[in-house]
Amino acid sequence: MGKGIKLYWKHVQIHLHSMMQYKVSFFMTAVGQFLTSFSVFLGMFFMFQRFHMVDNYTYGQCLLCYAVTLAAFTMAEVFFRGFDTFASCIANGEFDRMMLRPKGLIFQVICKKVELTKVGRLLQAVVIFCYAIPNCGVEWNGMKIMGLIFMLIGGTVVFSSLFIVHAAICFFTLEGLEIVNIFTYGGQEFGKYPYGIYGKRVLAICTYLIPYALFQYYPFLYLIGHRTEIWYLFLPLVSCIFVIPCLLLWRFGVRHYKSTGS
Amino acid sequence: MKKYLAFFRMRFIHGLQYRAAAWAGIMTQFAWGFMEILMFQAFYRADPTSFPMDQQALSSYIWLQQAFLTLFASWQWEGELFESITSGNVAYELCRPVSIYNMWFARSMARRMSRAVLRCFPILIVAVFLPAPYGLGLPKDVIAAVGFVTAMVLGLLLVCAFSMVIYMGTFYTISSAGLRMVASNVSDFLCGSIIPLPFFPDAAQTVLKILPFASMNNAPLRIYGGDIAGNDVFFTIGLQVMWMVIFVVVGKWMEQDIKKKIVVQGG
Repeated sequence: MGKGIKLYWKHVQIHLHSMMQYKVSFFMTAVGQFLTSFSVFLGMFFMFQRFHMVDNYTYGQCLLCYAVTLAAFTMAEVFFRGFDTFASCIANGEFDRMMLRPKGLIFQVICKKVELTKVGRLLQAVVIFCYAIPNCGVEWNGMKIMGLIFMLIGGTVVFSSLFIVHAAICFFTLEGLEIVNIFTYGGQEFGKYPYGIYGKRVLAICTYLIPYALFQYYPFLYLIGHRTEIWYLFLPLVSCIFVIPCLLLWRFGVRHYKSTGS
Repeated sequence: MKKYLAFFRMRFIHGLQYRAAAWAGIMTQFAWGFMEILMFQAFYRADPTSFPMDQQALSSYIWLQQAFLTLFASWQWEGELFESITSGNVAYELCRPVSIYNMWFARSMARRMSRAVLRCFPILIVAVFLPAPYGLGLPKDVIAAVGFVTAMVLGLLLVCAFSMVIYMGTFYTISSAGLRMVASNVSDFLCGSIIPLPFFPDAAQTVLKILPFASMNNAPLRIYGGDIAGNDVFFTIGLQVMWMVIFVVVGKWMEQDIKKKIVVQGG
């Protein structure tokens, strides 16, 4: 484990070093990331200027949800970006090479790409947290802070799992299926509000099929005091179980893999 | 003119080949449309009196937006064009006895239209059959219908003219990433694809209404739902024509300026 972390750190340094060769381009992309999510934020701001509340959630409370989803998604993208662009790995034969190396396949895919340009978006999530945490009407205590950290961890795991699914499908189709974007980018886009506002059916999908609501909506209800059962805070940890079927699919894919021969 | 039409036809047929991608796009747009409608419903429940649009008009707006996304989305850049400018390959194109502006204009239009043709029908057909007020309604009267079609054509021309200015701008800066990014973010936001323009604060709307971005997808989509009606329809279409002419003139002027100054550094 320690060795793995060391090796990973080495990869991060290499990626950082190579990116710093094109500083302007790095900076511009980071600014772009910031701008894109900033316009989403402005959209929310304008909506709340007009409506003040949505389903009894205030502006500050929705911002808390947005920040959690944005930060979790961004972290998943920073570290698991290799899975998102995995199709090229199969197409150009890179995956064959990986199979020959004496390290885990998942580990290698993770190392392949560390998307540090996303710091622009992460910065935005931090800024929104700074505003939302004091303004969402939550009385913070040690337990609740821990809950918030669980939410971030759960969200990162769920989004990362979705990236793994995206890559696993490539074993069968040889190219990435854009459909998965509905769940990755869509999950992020509509996670700017509590997942509960979209109605019961969507909430059921977000609970049982892909557990977005487990890391965002339910613990959020406890944080703002709409629910008093303490176990709501631990649901993000349950959402981490989602990674298991995703890894099984990945394994199944690896076994099914036939080289494209290039 | 004939050669540009031929070029348009060629790119259009080329664009029609990507059917698998289109299916994926259709599914995505469906999911997006549903979620958007549910989201606006939640706001409607919160405060119906503050809702600035008719519910039916909003649903029509969302479905049309999803169906014609590839027609109007400002981020539908053609990477190849930027690349040819940066790499210098554009020199070959400049050697040809055609106007690079017209050729690229035809190309952008063909690409946008071919993608939209592949995607729009399944979305429109399903959306029409959804129960009111969540589905795609029909236009109220003849003016709305004719105005919608007119505004859509003008909107498409304007979007193409706008992206031409950005392509031409790349000749000056070489590295276009920044320009492209700012242009697509600003226009995406101000044209009403994140939230429709009526949801902006009232003070901002008076200014936004006359900006070129409002003449892109905002104009046809809102004329369709009857959100822009009566004399405003003619005003909106007039504004579209004005902006289109301005952007074409600017783009053409840039083309001339570039031809005088361009230096191709080997390659």
